[in-house]
Amino acid sequence: MDLRWPRRRRWLAGAGALAVLVAGGAAVGTAAAAGGGGPVHRTDAMLPGAGGVHLDTSYFTTGGSARRPAVLLGHGFGGSKAEVRGQAEALARHGYAVLTWSARGFGASTGQIGLNAPGGEVADVSRLIDWLAARPDVRLDGPGDPRVGVTGVSYGGAISLLAAGYDHRVDAIAPRETYWNLADALFPADVYKKLWSGIFFSSGSTALPGAAALTGGTGTTGATPPAPGAGGAPTGTDPRAAAAAAGMTDPLCGRFTAGICALYQRVAQAGRPDAAARAQLEALSPSAVASKIKVPALIVQGQTDSLFTLAQSDAMATAIRGNGAPVAVDWIAGGHDGGDTEDARIDRRVTSWFDRYLKGDKGVSTGPVFRVTRTGGLNSTDGSVVLRGADARAYPGLDGGSARRITLGGGPQRITNPAGGSPPAISAVPGAGSLGALASLGASLSLDVPGQFAGFESAPLPAGTHLTGSPTVTVRVRTSAHDAVLFGKLYDVTPGGKATLPAGLAAPVRIAGSTDGTVVTLRLPAVDHDFAAGHRMRLVLATTDLGYASPAAPASLTVSLEQPQLTVPVDTALSDDAGPLPWWVWALPPFALLVAAALLVTGRRRVRPRPADPALAAVPLQITGLSKRYAKSADRYAVRDLSFRVEPGQVLGLLGPNGAGKTTTLRMLMGLIRPDEGEIRVFGEAVRPGAPVLSRLGAFVEGAGFLPHLTGRANLELYWQATGRPAADARMAEALEIAGLGDALERAVRTYSQGMRQRLAIAQAMLGLPDLLILDEPTNGLDPPQIREMREVMIRYAAGGRTVIVSSHLLAEVEQSCTHLVVMDRGRLVTAGPVADIVGSADTVLVGVAGELEQQLVDKVAGLPGVATAVREEDGLLAVLDGMTPAQFVAELVRLGVPVARVGPHRRLEDAFLTLIGGSA
Amino acid sequence: MSAAPPAPVPAPAPPPAAERTRATADGYRPGRTLRLRVEARRQLRRRRTMIVFGLLAALPFILIAAFAIGGTPKEGRGGPTLIDTATASGGNFAATCLFVSAGFVLVVPVALFCGDTVASEAGWSSLRYLLAAPVPRARLLGVKLTVALAFSAAALVLLPAVALVAGTVAYGWGDVELPTGGTLAAGDALPRVVVAVAYIFVSQLVTGALAFWLSTKTDAPLGAVGGAVGLTIVGNVLDAVTALGSWRDVLPAHWQFSWADALQPDMEWSSMLQGTSVSVSYAVVLTALAFRGFRTKDIVS
Repeated sequence: MDLRWPRRRRWLAGAGALAVLVAGGAAVGTAAAAGGGGPVHRTDAMLPGAGGVHLDTSYFTTGGSARRPAVLLGHGFGGSKAEVRGQAEALARHGYAVLTWSARGFGASTGQIGLNAPGGEVADVSRLIDWLAARPDVRLDGPGDPRVGVTGVSYGGAISLLAAGYDHRVDAIAPRETYWNLADALFPADVYKKLWSGIFFSSGSTALPGAAALTGGTGTTGATPPAPGAGGAPTGTDPRAAAAAAGMTDPLCGRFTAGICALYQRVAQAGRPDAAARAQLEALSPSAVASKIKVPALIVQGQTDSLFTLAQSDAMATAIRGNGAPVAVDWIAGGHDGGDTEDARIDRRVTSWFDRYLKGDKGVSTGPVFRVTRTGGLNSTDGSVVLRGADARAYPGLDGGSARRITLGGGPQRITNPAGGSPPAISAVPGAGSLGALASLGASLSLDVPGQFAGFESAPLPAGTHLTGSPTVTVRVRTSAHDAVLFGKLYDVTPGGKATLPAGLAAPVRIAGSTDGTVVTLRLPAVDHDFAAGHRMRLVLATTDLGYASPAAPASLTVSLEQPQLTVPVDTALSDDAGPLPWWVWALPPFALLVAAALLVTGRRRVRPRPADPALAAVPLQITGLSKRYAKSADRYAVRDLSFRVEPGQVLGLLGPNGAGKTTTLRMLMGLIRPDEGEIRVFGEAVRPGAPVLSRLGAFVEGAGFLPHLTGRANLELYWQATGRPAADARMAEALEIAGLGDALERAVRTYSQGMRQRLAIAQAMLGLPDLLILDEPTNGLDPPQIREMREVMIRYAAGGRTVIVSSHLLAEVEQSCTHLVVMDRGRLVTAGPVADIVGSADTVLVGVAGELEQQLVDKVAGLPGVATAVREEDGLLAVLDGMTPAQFVAELVRLGVPVARVGPHRRLEDAFLTLIGGSA
Repeated sequence: MSAAPPAPVPAPAPPPAAERTRATADGYRPGRTLRLRVEARRQLRRRRTMIVFGLLAALPFILIAAFAIGGTPKEGRGGPTLIDTATASGGNFAATCLFVSAGFVLVVPVALFCGDTVASEAGWSSLRYLLAAPVPRARLLGVKLTVALAFSAAALVLLPAVALVAGTVAYGWGDVELPTGGTLAAGDALPRVVVAVAYIFVSQLVTGALAFWLSTKTDAPLGAVGGAVGLTIVGNVLDAVTALGSWRDVLPAHWQFSWADALQPDMEWSSMLQGTSVSVSYAVVLTALAFRGFRTKDIVS
């Protein structure tokens, strides 16, 4: 598989990542590595097998004339070459010449099923290797000797072992979920495994759609047993196969050879195997050529597999390793009973195995020598079972790397074998393996029939024990029957009493009957299971099991522990893989940190703090060239080119109509908004957001800001605490005196009237007696006595040498309390100076008029030379003279025909103000 | 200024005669402004805070009443769930309370505490007085985020803690029955519940950070809270679109129930690690956005 991304896709992913990054999020591409290489060519052909049999084959390559290693890919029992097409194509893309074939008796191939007989199926494989050797695009080790590996699942796995045993040209094998000794697999301890044998036989003798079930590893959810006896016309996918099944087979033996058929019928009827049957199956088994299998073998076996147990793979591994070949053992989660057979992972591992031993690529890791898949729990995002691996550098066998001895309790128990062996206990159920995988989560289908089993239980385990392998125990069985069969199971019992049977497996043992007692050492099923601390182990010996044929004769047995110890193999070398975490789990947070840092660094440029101006250290406020435009009104300045200066002890009135920019100026002064141009210096320090000099400033701008749920007092106290300054500096009592709220201080602010909030806010501004006090419209909402008091407070505050800035549009107010004025209009400074200078300007003349004054007459007056402005007032005319004396002005008025009633200097600030701003207020 | 007591207005003491050379008021240090304790006191007495804590503390009792009225839950068709084992023990009941509330009930307090914190100050106009005090802007955000997260954590802990106590009183102290079939010893279950709660908090960081960012963007507290909850719901909806495939892995909502992995017979960390990675990453970026925007924002509220 080519791990490179195609160029285009990489570009797209990069662009996508950038887009998401710009959007402010984190981008993670989860792109699967796309398969590279060219298209796979498939050539179907009927090739000659041994003995005139025709094999239906498919040959997959990516084309080209380069010589490459070959892989023979076998299929499962009851299936055909079609089921391995996906894996074949993947291997072909990865640079192999892949040949798949339907075994004789299956699919469109002719011939009869001989259960991988040396002269039948095994010889067929040798013919196929001959054919590969003749291909121009297959790499050769020598004349007629192609570089070839064989793999397959179940039936196809067995042929890989047998091919390696019978044909020296095979260079590497990867048998999956298969048998080593078929006699041991179907007749363990001389007990007939009737359920699986029946399924096995029926799937070869009838062509049913479900027949592919026995492949053991075609899906992730596991096999379902074919429904025996589902009658009607055969509905095999291949019409030729169907025709073959329907036409040329006998209804009892199907496509089996007569020898196999007879063996099955004999054993199935007897309910127990005979020596001939054992011998016949052993001769067909890989174990018969154990000493000749000397090629690197990746052995994959299922944990929920009551058909081909871990004991089979253990024997396989021991023998092949004994021959000096490299062996790796992989216990997958599922198996013939069902469950997740991890096909994708195993396919990858098989490919790596062949890369190493067929391509000779020494840089390829073949994975750990021993790997066990463990159930990690359920995936909370989609409910699937999470699988994890545990690795070890050596395969210790079923006796483990070491063993613990667990003492079991329980005296002799008398149990019965029911006549006919019914009702049976239930352990493994073909197809229920997906539940078997959940055994480690506490789910279990197993059932024991009361009276038919003996139980021996350990004390609660002081420490967790992880069983990996086949536990053993020695028991004594007394019975008057001729022989007896017991099924040993090891349950995990929770402190709450709930028992689960790991992997749902039971191990049978046949015991010769003896009234004195027969001592037998029982090998329990090989499993990988964690017994948690506090749990108990319970050994159960039952007389029946659904999957096996037990003696039909009724019997009574007395079962006792010969030795109270259970030997529990453990493999401490197995260490859990780090969970299969995607790469982004570790990459994302640092990436996010980088993005965050970039966001913070690249924010609007930071204005470098301007150094303090010592010359201005005594000047409470100096504003120079201040301008501000709000973002939404780009063409209109809120404040434009404003400059003025405030000296200590002044009460400065900031005057202007609504919208003149007073509040904007004060907000800039408080560091709440940034000026576009110009600077504000408070006691010589440049004001910027959060400038420490702001601590010398107390402000009340645009209304109160209090937490409505807190009392007035709590608000002031918490505000002062928020400044972080010592409580004693607050002058809380003086501020509260000014607020004059009395008992209302203890009420929540949300109950206050506007005037009360206003007073509290002014008190807050005065907390700590700041050197510069800013009050924005302080008399709004106050009643006249309070306004007068407010005025006195301000005057007195400034009298102490502090400075007060009051903004207002109530001009009469300012006139009475301020010493200096700054008049603004439309963001610009109109005038600044002492109140007396502005108000007392002799150039302003108020002319009382009798009757109405027409606007055009006013305009004429304004147009006179020596008159700055002239504005129509309520009952007269207000004019600012510029060079003309009042006497000349009166004369001019009379000349223009203005009905002058009275004339006087105007001293009211309001009028002066209106005059100054051109009467547009 | 009160009209009633005509007491003379006290004249403020004159400023120190010596010319000030310091640029700040006495005792002002930027690092001491708006300490965590002060901010916590400002927020704690709010009705909103009280109601959230009250509701979370009441929820277990409501569930106990519901189980008392409706009877012990029976195993549903889809296999056992945490709800079915709710009355098995105090630990089970606490897990059930988490299960029913993790999807939405626990999102709201986090969004509320983090989304309301700056926006409500802006709404009350108190923000400008804090900033003019002056509390440095980054410090204001840092303190407010810390306190909001602390309140969120307290809310997340309160629910299972009350549930554990109430459940133990109602159903006894015993092993925790797992929905997958096994059981956990009561002593083992407690650390697992702690892990689950800790993970829920981490997985809510993204909601909190989103709400906090919105909070610095708007003066309307409801806008920030609603926006964060709304976007969290959008995330849930997107996660339901299985066609998105592995892109859903980068949705925080995809991992919101991964805390249940802590209540499996074997701790399953991988989902929680992935969820933590996603949540923390988003939260870091969103928090940076909040600081970046607020640092130079014109405060016009």
